[in-house]
Order: sequence, then C-alpha cells, then structure tokens
Amino acid sequence: MALRIGCAAEPGRARDNKTGSWRVFMPVVDLEKCILCGNCILLCPETAVSENDGQILFDLDFCKGCGVCARECPAEAISMIQEEK
Amino acid sequence: MLQIMEGSHAVAEAAKLCRPEVVSAYPITPQTHIVERLADFVADGELDAEYICVESELSALSVCLGSSATGSRVYSATSSQGLMLMAEVVFNVAGMRQPIVMSIANRALGAPLSIWNDQQDSISLRDAGWFHLYGEDVQEMTDQHFIAYKAAEQHDVLLPGFVCFDGFILSHTYEPVDIPTQEEIDAFLPPYVPYNKLDAKAPLSMGMYATPDYYMEFRYETDAALQRAGDAISAAGKEFGEMFGRDYSTHTESYRMDDADVAFVALGSICGTVKDAIDEMRADGIKAGLVKIRTLRPFPAEEIAKALAGVPTVAVLEKNISLGSAMKGAVGPEVKDAVTGTGIDVYSYIVGLGGRDIRKKDIRGIAALAEKGKGNMFYGLRTEVL
Repeated sequence: MALRIGCAAEPGRARDNKTGSWRVFMPVVDLEKCILCGNCILLCPETAVSENDGQILFDLDFCKGCGVCARECPAEAISMIQEEK
Repeated sequence: MLQIMEGSHAVAEAAKLCRPEVVSAYPITPQTHIVERLADFVADGELDAEYICVESELSALSVCLGSSATGSRVYSATSSQGLMLMAEVVFNVAGMRQPIVMSIANRALGAPLSIWNDQQDSISLRDAGWFHLYGEDVQEMTDQHFIAYKAAEQHDVLLPGFVCFDGFILSHTYEPVDIPTQEEIDAFLPPYVPYNKLDAKAPLSMGMYATPDYYMEFRYETDAALQRAGDAISAAGKEFGEMFGRDYSTHTESYRMDDADVAFVALGSICGTVKDAIDEMRADGIKAGLVKIRTLRPFPAEEIAKALAGVPTVAVLEKNISLGSAMKGAVGPEVKDAVTGTGIDVYSYIVGLGGRDIRKKDIRGIAALAEKGKGNMFYGLRTEVL
C-alpha cells in the first residue's frame, strides 16, 4: 500500500495493515497431537488461523505471535517458537 | 505605501491580505493585538472569514487543523505558553501536511513566568515539522507571511510554517512599513488548492494510525517535504522580491562578512543591534560581520557554511537555552555541524533571555570572548544575585 500525503486514507479494511511484523514468537502446530477442535481458529484475535484438509495453517502476514492459540489449545499441540527474522 | 504601524497590526494586515477563510486563536501576550485586530476586520466586514472563538490554544490549533483539513486557508497566532499548550497539535498539523501559517510573537517560557521576549517558545518546537521564518524588523516579518503561505501551499511541500518575530521588540514597535494592496497580494498568492480535503461525497480520513510497517516512511516523507520547503521559500522570496522590490530569495543575510575575523550568527531583531555594533567595531579596526538566519527550518546548512567560509571564529547569539546541552544554545550545534571540518571555531552565547536588553557593548564583549576561545556560556549574568 503506497503512502498517501497527510496520513490520509479512504475507507478500507483493517486487513490492509499487516500485523505479522510485530511477531517475536511463531506458533508451530504438532499435527500428531492436534485434535482439530478449532479453538485456535475461533480464538485468534487476527483471524490468522485456518484449517484446510486436516492441516492447521497460520497466516504469518497477520499472526502477531500473541500465543493465545497455544495457551487455549486443549491438546497442547501448539508451541511458540522464537523466530529468526 | 509606507505607513507608520505597530508590528502586530502590520501582521494582522498581512494575514488579512492573505485571505484566510478561518481564523482561530486565543489571545496571549504579546500576540494579542494581532488577533484583536483580525477580530475587528471580521466584525467590520473587511475580512470574509470565520473567526472562531475558543477557550484555549489547544482548541485554537485544533480548530485550525480541522478547518484546514476541509480545504480552507487558515491562520492563527500565539506566543510562549500558548504554543506549548498547542504542542500536541503542532506535531499533528505537520504530519497531516496541512499548510497552516501561524505567527509567533516570541516570548520566554516559564518558570519563572515572563512575558518578555526571547525565542525559547518557537525554538523548542523546531523538530515539529513546521518551517520557521524569523524576521528582523516589522517590514520583514510582515512580508514573511505572504511568502509563508505561498511556500506552504505548494503541492510538493504542503507543510505548516511559523513566522516568528520578537515579542514587544517587534510586535509592539511602531515602524514605517509598506503594506501591499489586496490586488498585489492576490496576484502573488493564488487561492489555496488543497491536495486532500474532507468531503462527504468522497470520504477520507486524515492523520490515520500507522503501524510500525509504515510510520517511519511517513516521517521520512515529512522530512523530505520540509527539505523541499527550503526551495519553495526561496522561490517565493525571489518572486516577492521581483514584485515588491524586497528580495527574500536567500535563507540568510550576510552583513559586512568580507574579510571578517569574527562572525556573529543570530536570528530576529537582535540583528539590528549587531549591525550597528559591527559598524562601530569596524570603525575601531575590529573586523566583525553578521550572518542573519531568516529560515531556521529547514536549516540552511550549505548557505551558512558558504557565508562563514574563511572566518576563523563564529559567535552564535542565542535567545534560547537548550538546558543541559554541551553548547547551551540550540542553534550553535547546527552552525558548528554546518562548518564541520573547516577548522572554524563556533561558540554559543546565551543572551537576552526573558527580555534582558542586549546592548552594543555586549556584542563587543562577546566578540572579544570568542576571539579568546571562550564561549558556550551565558553572557551578561548578574553574578551578584547568584
């Protein structure tokens, strides 16, 4: 998104502002442990978690690394791993 | 046509001639006469503008910012504590790229409370993104308002500007001043064409939230625009000179700088005293000169370096203090940086704070200290009360 003079913006979507750059810790899911309950998808404050064909996917353009998914996972299948950027 | 006029009234005349559509200001000494006179102009039908009364300077500049965002040409004026109360909005105006012009009748900051002149107020906000013009006399500060609007409203600039002049010393002094006619100013300053404006038919938000991914780039762009403002001020000053015979195409003015052994650098009304002192010193065989800074932001480093080339010693006269800093003044370090590597010695001298008179003998005394290599100090302290 190009800058517009005066920090001006037309009506748009919050999704134009990617929040992935804020992240220090990255969620990693252990699919052996995952029970596909969907808690992480439901609770992610950025709606950055989705499921496709039995795979839990994290949209790293938006994941802020807050760790809510890992904390709330009943199967403890998600670890927060410090990311090398 | 030359008229004898109080400085504040000349500024009010200049503001009126620029045809602002909104004026919002809060009276504060020594700026009060400007907005009183503008209120008269609006009440008498001489100025077709909304004069919006507010309860504080914070509100005054907030009203100006909102009004400017709708695409109006806007004017305000303040001093000292009033500018400090505006500070939050001052930064936002620059970030939102609204070309507001505001007169600053320079006055000391408390504590201790002082209504008298120094330049602490505007210099304390030199990093806000506004361009800064400083006038030496009533004519210059009047003319700078026309130049300020012209430069501010260029679409490659779109930044606000302070027009600063020493409170009381200039704001309350009666001097002969040439006030252009409305037709002449209309020919010089076209109507404001906004770049962005608030419009219900084309919704727009301004001053938006910027995440860490964008914030630095916005600041970079504002700085780049402020650098471009230097060229716009020069161009407007040159055009003004061609139309009115008073040239402001340079950001500095050199006085008797040929073969100078000691050069003063100063801003504002003190330059008149310095020029007289230089004439006397020259008559006594002391080779002194002056580089007057008219534009403090953007800082005209190259122009200053060129003006000071070959001068061994520079004394920067500071009507401000950067408390706790090594050189004590705010302008000195920037002058020193401009001449880095040339071997020129640059010293700051804190003078005239809180309205203390600066006399010709003080200028001579400072020159003598500078030539001995003594500087970065207060000059003229009453040691008996310390």
